[in-house]
Amino acid sequence: MNISLKPAETFRGDFSARNSDAAILRFPFPFPEDVYMYGVNIEPHVRGGPTAAYDAVFDIDEHYLGECEDRALTLIDDPARCQVLPHMIEAEWDTLELLMESLATDYPDLFNLTKNRTAWRWQNRPLGIDHSFIFGAAQSLPCPPFEYITRQVQGDFTLQDQRDNNLYMDGGMVTSQADWSLNFDLGMSFHEWHGPVPVAHELGVFDRALAYLLRLQYGKPVRRLNWTLTVNPRLDTSPENYPLWGPDKATVTPEDIGEKMCLRVELQTLTRLPRSNAILFGIRGYLIRLEELVRVKKYAKRMHRVLRDLHPDIVEYKGMPRYRQMIIDYLAPFDDGEILSSGTAPDQTRL
Amino acid sequence: MKARIENIEPLSATIKRFTLAPEAAKLFPAGAAGAFILLEIPGPSRVWKNAYSLISGGRRETYEIIVRRVAHSRGGSAWLHDHAAPGQLLEISEPANLFPIARAAQNHLLLSAGIGITPFLSYLPVLQAHNLGFELHHCCKQDEQEIFRPLLPNLPNVTLHGSRNSLDLTALLSAQKLNTHLYVCGPEAFMDGVIAAAKKIGWPDAKIHEESFGGATGGAPFRVNLARSGVALEVASDQTLLEALESAGLQPPRMCRGGACGVCELPVLEGVPDHHDHFLTAAARAAGKSIMTCVSRAKTPELVLDF
Repeated sequence: MNISLKPAETFRGDFSARNSDAAILRFPFPFPEDVYMYGVNIEPHVRGGPTAAYDAVFDIDEHYLGECEDRALTLIDDPARCQVLPHMIEAEWDTLELLMESLATDYPDLFNLTKNRTAWRWQNRPLGIDHSFIFGAAQSLPCPPFEYITRQVQGDFTLQDQRDNNLYMDGGMVTSQADWSLNFDLGMSFHEWHGPVPVAHELGVFDRALAYLLRLQYGKPVRRLNWTLTVNPRLDTSPENYPLWGPDKATVTPEDIGEKMCLRVELQTLTRLPRSNAILFGIRGYLIRLEELVRVKKYAKRMHRVLRDLHPDIVEYKGMPRYRQMIIDYLAPFDDGEILSSGTAPDQTRL
Repeated sequence: MKARIENIEPLSATIKRFTLAPEAAKLFPAGAAGAFILLEIPGPSRVWKNAYSLISGGRRETYEIIVRRVAHSRGGSAWLHDHAAPGQLLEISEPANLFPIARAAQNHLLLSAGIGITPFLSYLPVLQAHNLGFELHHCCKQDEQEIFRPLLPNLPNVTLHGSRNSLDLTALLSAQKLNTHLYVCGPEAFMDGVIAAAKKIGWPDAKIHEESFGGATGGAPFRVNLARSGVALEVASDQTLLEALESAGLQPPRMCRGGACGVCELPVLEGVPDHHDHFLTAAARAAGKSIMTCVSRAKTPELVLDF
């Protein structure tokens, strides 16, 4: 895949991160219909989808350098954002192998992996890394294998151990989360870490989801989309740093909402790991400002309709009562009531 | 994916070790301790799909399996013993694992009988590499000890028993530390005996892990009516229900083919299923509202399924 990486942008401070036209057209827009409701939206994670964001096993885009830099900054302040329990060491190597092989296959211009049995050489051209190491020997890497490779990939990752007919969050690299904490959730079971989600427990959603994931097969990864709204393109909206980003919500005005308000979409992937039998959960986040999103005519109209008719409980859970009407007012002029195609493809090739 | 038979090594008159290599000069997906693959074995009128534990662990250059020639073989193990030859290409599945090591545990008690040793051959290097406490007891027939002895490491915590009677299960299970997990693999009667002994002295279910081995054995023929597909089929005596569905060109859900994973569960509308799986709870079996098509059959002449 041919992509051009932007020089490192910022996802904090002056928030210089912007999406190019190409990035807007490849954005994984999450609303296939004009009305949004919770549902089981899991599908096989196969190559190809409504936009180019679905073309690779792990998507790399123009924000690669800035996102890696932002992760490094967050880890300096709070090393507990990356933690893996000791019994997950095989899952760490599984993750390193999966990510290196996927990146080298999907982006040969950017990454290269050379193997001679356990003697591996990893070249990451964008980050200037050229490292020879022994697969399986942690001391041959500058940091533990899971941290080593997830510092070089966009998106958060967690590791789920499978035992006692349950999944346990026994590791992760989480620096760009939508208000949840790895340090708090580490070691929790599936129902425990989903505890805060409303309604879905009573519907049995998590019982069914767990039963499904316990049978997730090697070589058959699955994906789903999740979404929320974030003020400013800030990757690290963590509970730990709430004082830094929470007040932003009160700063939005009708004049700057198009620039400041971002739709945050997570392309979540679930992959069975071979040696450890653990599950790697990838949470690949995408941020797009409303003023960028509305350049795709279909997205502007549909986003308006979804927010206008959104169920009140979801409005509350996603933390948007304060500015929901402001967003609807911003989007309304773009919506002429045209009947839109179902699905999430942009339906235009240029902006 | 395609695999080439690279080597066949007889370990006895009825046991052979097969080495498989990727067809192209690529690597296989990594296997794991406890993982199995499905082998598609050509037969005169149909293809057999048999599950075999990988004994080669995480190695990606080759896979290794051990195959015992089953008495009255339906075709799978007999073909592998009588007709398979180096160089032949076989279709195999990617590995799956229904019998993984509980890595959070500190002690592991492994009990096997006969060809049930195979998953533990992939456990041992992992347990040793991570310095996990373990004890292996393998039972076999008196005259098969010399077949299994060379497969096992010469360690004080690895014991070969020339009969099941020399293993005092209750004493062994009673002496374990609280942080021990139990793994059992072998013929059904052996596994049932071990699990019953463990439960009798209070082992919790969460610490007992069993590999289903041997798989489907056939039985009396029966009819199946598929309500949604509008198809009626005969399930022959040497055929599983799942195989009958597949041979009719249907694509029912399935994975392990050993009654363990639960993927192939279908709702039963009429008739009484004859359960042989390890997945359904006792209550679900008694209710008879669903069936694992890979191993279970019918107690009535006909079943009607919601498929």
